Amino acid sequence: MARSLKKGPFVDDHLIKKIDDLNAKNEKKIIKTWSRRSTIVPSMIGHTIAVYNGKKHIPVYINENMIGHKLGEFSFTRLFKSHSGNR
Amino acid sequence: MARIVGVDLPKDKRLIIALTYIFGVGPFLAKKIITQLKLDPSKRVKDLEESEIVSIREFVRTFQVEGDLRIDNVQDIRRLGEIGCYRGRRHKLKLPCRGQRTHTNARTKRGKKVAVAGKKKAV
Repeated sequence: MARSLKKGPFVDDHLIKKIDDLNAKNEKKIIKTWSRRSTIVPSMIGHTIAVYNGKKHIPVYINENMIGHKLGEFSFTRLFKSHSGNR
Repeated sequence: MARIVGVDLPKDKRLIIALTYIFGVGPFLAKKIITQLKLDPSKRVKDLEESEIVSIREFVRTFQVEGDLRIDNVQDIRRLGEIGCYRGRRHKLKLPCRGQRTHTNARTKRGKKVAVAGKKKAV
């Protein structure tokens, strides 16, 4: 079921606070986050966010096409290289 | 011949069914077209008046169908690939992207079974 529009997109408070701080200071720093569930909102454009995948932080550069997706969609949790028979 | 948006012309079918042969028109939209234009859903396509065909043609034009819709679908999928998200990657790998199991099944997306050589007898 889709989220109610009334509530607006979900972003973890601690993450949006860091983003706003950087925007206010006009800085660009890599933000480490564990919050894979946060939606990407317009204020994040141009930032690089390092999203945790369970093992390490994967840097994700945010562009305007990514708005509306969740951060976790860009930080893969599984690595599949191909079966030995495929070579 | 009823020719609506491009190449669609199913002839001996009932109108409500025939309309669904247009890509982008399903049962729902077909019904809507018929009620809005006050047509008979059971009428065969070959029995349609020229004026009726014209009115259908005009009405269908207000929706996104056939080529335009196909192009948009492809572009949406390409966008997913370009931003490098999970769904885009699943599309590239030709695997289901909505969380279905792939241990078995998923044959629609993965295509027909391919035998793997030397997998049979492990002893």
